[in-house]
Order: sequence, then structure tokens, then C-alpha cells
Amino acid sequence: MNITLDEDKCCAAGQCVLVAPEVFDQRDEDGIVVLLDAQPPAEQHAAVHEAAAICPAAAIQVHA
Amino acid sequence: MTDGRIAVVGASAAGLAAVEALRRGGWTGALTLIGDEPHLPYDRPPLSKQLLSGDWQADRLGLRTTDQLDALDLDLRLGTRATALDAGTRTVTLADGERLACDGVIVATGVRARTLPGVAGTAGIHTLRTLDDALGLQTWLSGAERRLVVAGNGVLGCEAAAVARELGHKVTLVGRDPLPMRRLVGDGTGTLLATEHERHGVRMLTGVLDGVETADGHVTGVRLTDGSTLPADTVLVAIGSEPAVDWLRADAALDTTDGLRCDEFCAAAPGIYAAGDVARWYHPGHGRHLRIEHRMNATEQAMTAARNLLAELGVTEDERRPFTPVPYFWSDQYGMKLQAYGVLAGADRAETVLLDAGERRVAALYGRDGLATGVLAAGLPPRQIRGLRAVIATPGPWDEAHARLLAAVGGE
Repeated sequence: MNITLDEDKCCAAGQCVLVAPEVFDQRDEDGIVVLLDAQPPAEQHAAVHEAAAICPAAAIQVHA
Repeated sequence: MTDGRIAVVGASAAGLAAVEALRRGGWTGALTLIGDEPHLPYDRPPLSKQLLSGDWQADRLGLRTTDQLDALDLDLRLGTRATALDAGTRTVTLADGERLACDGVIVATGVRARTLPGVAGTAGIHTLRTLDDALGLQTWLSGAERRLVVAGNGVLGCEAAAVARELGHKVTLVGRDPLPMRRLVGDGTGTLLATEHERHGVRMLTGVLDGVETADGHVTGVRLTDGSTLPADTVLVAIGSEPAVDWLRADAALDTTDGLRCDEFCAAAPGIYAAGDVARWYHPGHGRHLRIEHRMNATEQAMTAARNLLAELGVTEDERRPFTPVPYFWSDQYGMKLQAYGVLAGADRAETVLLDAGERRVAALYGRDGLATGVLAAGLPPRQIRGLRAVIATPGPWDEAHARLLAAVGGE
């Protein structure tokens, strides 16, 4: 799994951090998403897919 | 292997999430996605933000690439309206008369902008719901200074007014309530928004739109119900929306009062589910039917509706699960971001626990029948805002939630 972000699209909802806190965080100053782990281990994959699916700005791309 | 057909009616965020969840869940039969707009699925929140401001072009709004859509192997019908649904036989009728016999149907037709009767074709009058609406208004606002009246000071009207003001236009924001968004967010946040709009030079008026004045097919002003008129060369009608359920009305088995009524599984009838802005479903945690016009709900509800449909059809061995989300919405105005968790609409109580207009900081609690159901904040660090979700994740006693919110935001 490889994750890429479109920071420009990110709306700082923080939903990805609520779903997958090991993989995503938010910048303190504006809440924009920060990728903690672009290639997370298998046990994180379900949470990452969920985060990508529910992101209200469609800013998270998951590549196989 | 599955054969047969599932039709998803509505090709925006909810419809797209539904077809993806159906494929992920194992549906290998025909999958028809019907959208009345000619465009591939695109994202709507930027319409009143980055697209209207001209920061983004339309191609940034696409929710998926054509490769990603191709991989779903859809029977994609864009620019196509569904005109009827027979719930008993699960048959969808299209505008050209074609009838699609289905095993399951997911209704995701969203809402339509309310407008004024008799203004179609009048130059300068706009609504803002679709990409074409937004491009039309953007073009109108991309040149010389306009005199814009925004009729309606809800979320959409406020966001559009902020963008238009930042583009340098003369903007008057008219609402039936003197404070922007007050019906949704209450006094404290409404006051903060009023301060921001005023500081940026938006003129705010209390009034209700009655009609428009025109000359030579062009709008020249708006008329309010108190008899006053406001000069305008551009009008944005942002007076709310209506669920797109006209096409469902012929089937008496479906309750289409304020959206398509569904049970806790998002089912309106056997094999018929709904998701997104159009769905009014029973939320067990809130003990009532809710209809939520927020971007995140579109995706989450579509995923649940799709999973439950597959469970009902026996495609998966899952049990159907009630849809019990913690709703989330945000609004951007003048670089300020309002964020809310839970349910604010229908609150009989709202209390602002933190308000600092100078620092553009606010936190407020909303509730109903003695329970806290929603929380809204702006200007707080992201970690703090995320923490507010837990305060109302399950509606609970007002006083407890109030104390937790105070502790979380460090208010008095």
C-alpha cells in the first residue's frame, strides 16, 4: 500500500485522524493533513481505506 | 458470482460511494449509475468556495479518474433522468421510456436548489447547486464590479457572499433572520459570523425575498416582502433546497415527505435503499428521522446502504446494520472554518460556551429534549476540535456534555 495526499484539496476535517491516527495527523496551525506513514503495515490497511473513503474532500489516494 | 442488476440513481458523491461499495462488497452483476447532469461525478463543496473564487478550475472537482470509473465496470447513464420507480417490482423508468428491471435500487438523487417562480431565463439570476450553476455565477463574478444581492443567509448564501466580497463585488446579504446562519448555529456563532461579514464590507439586511425587478430580460433589483426593493445586477437565490423526490411520488408505497423515508437500515422498501441528501432515515441514537445535507453523510450513508442491500440480497453473509453516524459538517468563510459534530438542526437549546470575536474563536453546544446532540467550534487547534466529537458521539444528558465541552475548550 502506498498513500498519497492532495493537501490543496484537504478541508481539515480531521476525519482521517479519527479513523487512522497511526497514519494521519493534522498540522497544528491550519489542520491540514499530515501523512505519518505513507506505506503503513497491513494491520492499518482497513483503517486507511476507511479514511480515504470517508474523507469529505476526497484528498486521500490509496494505491495498491 | 452475481447476475441481475442494481441501479443507483444519482451520480454525485453518494451515488459514486454506493457503486464503489457495491463492487467492493462483491456485486459482480450489472451496475447502472444514472445521473441527470452530463458530468462525471464531481465534488460539490468547492462550488461555493474554490470554484466560485476562481482558485480552481472545474477539472479539480472530479471525484474519480476515468480509469478508476472504468475499473468499476458501470453501465453509466449520464445526462439521463429517472422518471419513476416501482418499488414492488424494483423497476426504474428513464426519461426515454426505458425500463430497468433491478434486484436492488439505491436512491441518491440529492436535492435541488429552491428558486423563484418565473425567473428562468432572466439574466443575472443564479442558483448554486450544480457545477453548471457555479460556472455560470463564477463567470458573472469574474469581471467588473457587480452589485450582488444574496437572498438567503444560510450556509450557502454566507459562503458565496464571502467569496464575492473577496472578489471585490458590492454584496448585500439578505436573510429572514438578522444573524447569518442563526437558525442552524444559534446566537453566539451567528454574532461571530455577522461580525466577520460586516468587517469585510458585506451589507446585511433582514428581509424575505418576494420577487425580482427586471428590465430587458435582465435583473435590476430584488423586491422584499415588506415592499422595499434593493438594486442589483446579480442575484443569488440561496433560499434552501428540496429533496429530489418528484420521480418517486407516483409510488404510494414510498413516503416522500421531506425526502425518501427509510428505516434505520436506510431501506425505504424491500430492495430499495436511499443515501445522501435525499434520504430521511431513522437514526436510533437520536430516536428520530433525520435528513442530513452534508458532504460526509453522503459517503457514509451510501456505504451503509450498499452493504445493507448486499446483505438483504444474500450477496454477503453480513447482517444488515443500522446507520448511526456522528454527522460532521464544515463551512469556510473568510479563512475561518466552522466545524460541527452531531445534530444541530431541530435543537431546542443552544448555548455558546466560548466566544471571542476578535480571535474568531467560538464553541457551542446544541440539544433537544434535555439531551446534548451537537457541538460546533471554530478557531481552536485541530486536536481540540477532534476531541469535541466524543462530547456528543451519543446524545447524552445536557449538563454532562456541557461540563465536558467546557473542560475541552477551557471556557469559563
